[in-house]
Amino acid sequence: MSELTNLTIAEAREKLLAKEITAVELTDSYLKAIDAANETFNAYVEVTPDNARKWAAISDEKIAKGEAGDLEGVPVGIKDLFGTEGVHTQACSHILDGFKPRYESTVTQNMWDDGAVMLGKLNMDEFAMGSSNETSYYGAVKNPWKAEGDDTALVPGGSSGGSAAAVAAHLCAGATATDTGGSIRQPAAFTGTVGIKPTYGRCSRWGIVAFASSLDQAGPIARDVRDAAILLKSMASVDPKDTTSVDLPVPDYETAIGKSVKGMKIGIPKEYRVDGMPAEIEALWQQGIEWYKSAGAEIVDISLPHTKYALPAYYIVAPAEASSNLARYDGVKYGLRMTGDDITDMYEKTRSEGFGDEVQRRIMIGTYVLSSGYYDAYYLRAQKVRTLIKRDFEDVFNAGVDAILTPSTPSSAFAIGDTEMASDPIKMYLQDIFTVAVNMAGLPGISVPAGLDGKGLPLGLQLIGKPFEEETLFQASQVIEDAAGRFTPSKWW
Amino acid sequence: MTVDLETVKRVAKLSRIALDDARAEKMQGDLNGILGFVEQLNEVDVEGVEPMTSVVQMEMRKRADKVTDGDKADDVTANAPASEDHFFMVPKVIE
Repeated sequence: MSELTNLTIAEAREKLLAKEITAVELTDSYLKAIDAANETFNAYVEVTPDNARKWAAISDEKIAKGEAGDLEGVPVGIKDLFGTEGVHTQACSHILDGFKPRYESTVTQNMWDDGAVMLGKLNMDEFAMGSSNETSYYGAVKNPWKAEGDDTALVPGGSSGGSAAAVAAHLCAGATATDTGGSIRQPAAFTGTVGIKPTYGRCSRWGIVAFASSLDQAGPIARDVRDAAILLKSMASVDPKDTTSVDLPVPDYETAIGKSVKGMKIGIPKEYRVDGMPAEIEALWQQGIEWYKSAGAEIVDISLPHTKYALPAYYIVAPAEASSNLARYDGVKYGLRMTGDDITDMYEKTRSEGFGDEVQRRIMIGTYVLSSGYYDAYYLRAQKVRTLIKRDFEDVFNAGVDAILTPSTPSSAFAIGDTEMASDPIKMYLQDIFTVAVNMAGLPGISVPAGLDGKGLPLGLQLIGKPFEEETLFQASQVIEDAAGRFTPSKWW
Repeated sequence: MTVDLETVKRVAKLSRIALDDARAEKMQGDLNGILGFVEQLNEVDVEGVEPMTSVVQMEMRKRADKVTDGDKADDVTANAPASEDHFFMVPKVIE
């Protein structure tokens, strides 16, 4: 029965509706795969088999009655950042020990309304702060990919490392993820999967543990472009509970797939050609350009002059927002509490014990840049730079560019416990160099697997679109998938 | 700009994070690394540029001013490390 886990969502949907397979069989196959492999990958921090079987049985009833939703019977994994009623929701932090929300996030509720089946909660960097999944209180996640002839365990990227690893290892049909600076697209690139961060405001943030509220967006990680389109259609909605949710109908993204890109203008930003970029990434980018040329698209050289300032501006804006959002974890309302001599001592000990090093660093940076006397020099300046970054994109789109093609990451997956990364936080931050400007400007971005590097590890290309033109991204990224093919790790587990 | 050890301790206090001397020193190095990295923003000419407040230009959505939720004291206190009769219990604040 294990071959059922090889089905894409689109394929599973067809077989379920044709009653060739049942949702219970499909769910059981995934639960069996998780049982066999989760100890190896550490992708799930909580598995919910009883609920999954119960929901799958309901899906089978709905299919029998002809009442199937768009994701009926599709087994999915949920990043630990999404509030799931009565189920482990801890942002993979020690400080949220034992937290089980009494509510359901809008995004996951949308998926359950469409018939999806939850398999469990997925590992991630603590509070989504990290690019390797190593800051998780629950430990690192292993990438299903290994370099050829090398047994070193690699990171799956982060922060949505559990989501990406679970999708790549076929431990779920698809997964939810979130992206504040690259947390969907970088892990997707590292694992040979497709990940899309939609336009800010497309998916409701209600019920998702907040990191940096002006940048956070939910999106899917999936095995191919079509599955990503199917998942995003279900996840996205207009939500009165999130005031930044944008009042625009959600299109049927799947219909965009397969449309020709003839005449489409694809911009190639010169600022993304950074010093020290590996030659194979440069070559892959060039390969992408050739694929679009062959498909009839027009390639135009563009400039996004403030690109290099996106990452430093992000490391002011995101920590500032995080320091404010994470003020609520104080040992009073939920999670961990340490005992102290008085209430302040209790707060300080709880937060010192409950937050990991990276989270503490960011809270401190955020507190410092917002503190009296420094606000203008840091935060206000960063917000002005952000305006300039967004203007760069607007200028390019106003000049007729439909989408922008860049590499997704400056490297392929690196080793767990990489000493260079561990000794210098900035090195890790640079992982987001190609993805972070998209968050700063609120734009949609998708990472699609485009090839393997010399070590046999997957690399991705990123497409950046205009606000709320996710359809263009699905349409255009299918060109890469068609040309590059799909990438599945050879099974060693 | 760099921060000295005293500033690190002050910021830790503001952040409500207990930091012993050894960790404060390590944190000082980390923070100075990050502050050094963001320093390059000073190269950018931001004269006359409006700071961004929202990436999507939209009018703040409003709703009718009426009660839409409530009676959830059980839910609100369900996850508290210590609670009694729908109150959060904390160490004594006033002597």
